[in-house]
Amino acid sequence: MPAATMQTLDGVVIGDAPLIRVRGLVNRFGDQLVHDGVDLDVRRGEILGVVGGSGTGKSVLMRSILALRSPEAGEIRLLGVDGRSRDPVQRRHIERNTGVLFQDGALFSSLTVGENVQVPLKEYYPELPDSLRYELALLKIKLAGLPADALDKLPSQLSGGMRKRAGLARALALDPPLLFLDEPTAGLDPIGAAAFDELIRNLQQALGLTVFLITHDLDTLYAICDRVAVLADRKLLAAAPVAELETLDHPWVQEYFNGPRGRAAREAT
Amino acid sequence: MSVAPNHHPPAAAADPAEPGTLRLSGRWTLRFANEIGEALRASPDGIVRVDARAVERIDTLGVLQLLRHADRRKLDFDHFEFRDDQKSLIAAIEDVHDERPKPERDTGFKAALGRLGHAVVDNGREVAALVAFHGELLVKLLRLFKEPSRFRLTSTVHHMEQVGLDSAPLVALLSFMVGAVIAFLGAMVLRDFGATIFVVELVNAAFLREFGVLLTAILLAGRTASAFTAQIGMMVNREEVDAIRVLGLDPVDLLVIPRVLALLAMLPLLTFIAMIAGLAGGMAVGAFTLDIPAVAYFARMQEMMETRHFVVGMVKAPVFAVLIALIGCLEGLQVAGTAQSLGERTTSSVVQSISMVIVIDALAALWFMEMDY
Repeated sequence: MPAATMQTLDGVVIGDAPLIRVRGLVNRFGDQLVHDGVDLDVRRGEILGVVGGSGTGKSVLMRSILALRSPEAGEIRLLGVDGRSRDPVQRRHIERNTGVLFQDGALFSSLTVGENVQVPLKEYYPELPDSLRYELALLKIKLAGLPADALDKLPSQLSGGMRKRAGLARALALDPPLLFLDEPTAGLDPIGAAAFDELIRNLQQALGLTVFLITHDLDTLYAICDRVAVLADRKLLAAAPVAELETLDHPWVQEYFNGPRGRAAREAT
Repeated sequence: MSVAPNHHPPAAAADPAEPGTLRLSGRWTLRFANEIGEALRASPDGIVRVDARAVERIDTLGVLQLLRHADRRKLDFDHFEFRDDQKSLIAAIEDVHDERPKPERDTGFKAALGRLGHAVVDNGREVAALVAFHGELLVKLLRLFKEPSRFRLTSTVHHMEQVGLDSAPLVALLSFMVGAVIAFLGAMVLRDFGATIFVVELVNAAFLREFGVLLTAILLAGRTASAFTAQIGMMVNREEVDAIRVLGLDPVDLLVIPRVLALLAMLPLLTFIAMIAGLAGGMAVGAFTLDIPAVAYFARMQEMMETRHFVVGMVKAPVFAVLIALIGCLEGLQVAGTAQSLGERTTSSVVQSISMVIVIDALAALWFMEMDY
């Protein structure tokens, strides 16, 4: 089907190229080298899980891709443009076509959930009539699995799991083709986490999303990730389906996938 | 970047070959929200089927608009045809869609009256809370004598450094300048009477009685009360204060008493620095522009200095200290979870402490005057 191969985003032709392409990324905090030549591709329409021990720079990788921090060296291509570019037109293109869910939702605490979801809509489409914007926000909130009455609540009145759903609703406000999720199931109970996994899978299929997902949660990896990228030793060790990674000969990978929790997660699928 | 002008706006046209069928094409996305609305409004009546298979792209907004259109025109959404790759999106949205009118917000006179009432009640509560907090502090200060192990020396010294030592240069500089300004002001009036030398008495009385302590207190209200509120408020937001409570510790012992005692110790000392700096400011103006040599100025100052002025100034310092520290800490403890609340409380603590300092200073000035002291 031509739509998949020649997909365009607001006029930027992407074609078959990966939505995210990172080459030779170097990140350093003082003397501490976090990334030393990380290469990563995120293909269109996949859910890529990013795993790694604490301090291996999973969040730093995401922040580099989103230009929230500027890396020491490396090339980042994102949605067909240079991800490190400071050109306002290109930045706006990237920002309009990405949605980000931060670890604790990062909702604006002085706005209600509904207003939070409307913030990007107001910013990018000020001409949208109020009633339509309101209905769209309500729709996104319900797509994220929240009840309609959450709309008028403040983030401080929500539980942790609901805050994540509200954050997801805001991330989806502009129908971005590319979604970044930073530990979406961290801090959720197992039932809530499984429900959130399913929600992400369903939304990914319904909206045709490409998802960059940082996680510690083995169940998430087995349940919804098409490929898993492993960060270790300051590099991207491998990016492959989970089944292939289990056989990878690396001490951390072995301990991670074949430890008791890894085995339990594998058997659950 | 390569920008291709391939944006086909959304279009809806009746099919001449098949009456009753509306064919949609173009991009039904957020970007074209208004065009979608117009296309749908302009669509002819008598439609029973909608064929959306030729649509290039459709997103949640497009589907939502079609659903609304179906509702308005009383069309059956089952008679809308979509491409297979769009069907999952349509299904997901159809599942959660329903009509819900936007609630109206009351902005009339009644609402304004309501806000006023709430503000009055809130202010009353604030005053009551301050008085209660003062009582709690006194009780817990007395408890320190019985259980001295509750006293946090390190924390107290740390705050003494922060509120005292660190603000000393600022207090000295500003007092010096205000002292100079008062000397100028006095000279301007007194020169006409040939009594320029009385500038010395003016600066003496002004700084020892009022300005030394008032300037210091206002400065610390701005600099310290806000810092206390922000520090404690952030701890409340991050549940640190709750952690203190469940560990069996007392937030008043840990957070409030060290700050109150630190300010209680430092504000009088800073007041003393402010007095000296203010007098020095007066002396500098005298020496450089009023032709009163420093030696003569100093001799006159020593001759005319009255201890009672100093006492009147100094007795107010501890009162202001407790007031500023209490307001700062209390506002911090009342922060409620959000960044906005933290901002409001910080503003409120500065406004409250500065106004209270000025009000109490004015009352004290009246009282001392009536007492002829």
